[in-house]
Amino acid sequence: MDLGFEVVDMGEPDHPTEGEQAPDFTRPLVDDEYWEDVALSELDGPVCLVFYSMDGAFPGTYVWSEMRDRGFDDLGATVVGLSISTPYAHKRLIEDNNLGETDFRFFSDPANAVAEAYGITNDLDGMTGITEPRPATFVLDDDRTVRYAWAASEWPDLPDYDDLETAVLETVEATDG
Amino acid sequence: MSEPAITLYRLQACPFCERVVRTLDEYGLAYRSRFVEPLHSKRDAVKRESGARTVPVIVDDNTGVTMAESANIVSYLEETYGENGRLTAETAAAGGS
Repeated sequence: MDLGFEVVDMGEPDHPTEGEQAPDFTRPLVDDEYWEDVALSELDGPVCLVFYSMDGAFPGTYVWSEMRDRGFDDLGATVVGLSISTPYAHKRLIEDNNLGETDFRFFSDPANAVAEAYGITNDLDGMTGITEPRPATFVLDDDRTVRYAWAASEWPDLPDYDDLETAVLETVEATDG
Repeated sequence: MSEPAITLYRLQACPFCERVVRTLDEYGLAYRSRFVEPLHSKRDAVKRESGARTVPVIVDDNTGVTMAESANIVSYLEETYGENGRLTAETAAAGGS
């Protein structure tokens, strides 16, 4: 982002990179009808895992509207979001942004332990006691090997959708058959 | 990971749902929890299963039974998996009929 002034530097993230295996986790996974505990490893690969700021803040709205409009759920990968928001808030996000017609689903991780495991936590200034994932995207193949990883080092920042789409398509191609 | 044969549609903090959970636990039955929202109008998934929008609802793939109303469910679980029931948790887990 070029705003003509310095944005917050969060330092370099310490996340799994290409070729490494992404940590598995189980969290409630929310769709437009219900939520249930699901492990990342249970999802059909490849998986596009998108960490975003708590539901209701504008980045989540931006990211999921963009991913909906670009048809990310039609690329052959399972697309899941993750934020610290509760399942109830995820339901509102799905409803407010017409995501019910997509195949996007959303992990709920209020304690932020997944971001901790992925080395991408972001302590929020002015919201004492609240930590959430920094914006980050991962493309994982069938055995959760990282094929593409991006995490913000400035706050705020948004994913590079073109890069992400290319990575998803390449991973889908490489793991087909 | 093997999928539990029993799915429980439930509402957070709903005492009728907790009553069913207690019975499932009592008989050592594995189950998957699917949480729905407080507003009845948002419970289409439940309606598709049972025809109504009330919870709890269980779907038991061991027997093909789908059932609503906690008192009915508790009786069903007892008759099916209880001491003199037709099935045991072990045969259920093994996919027995």
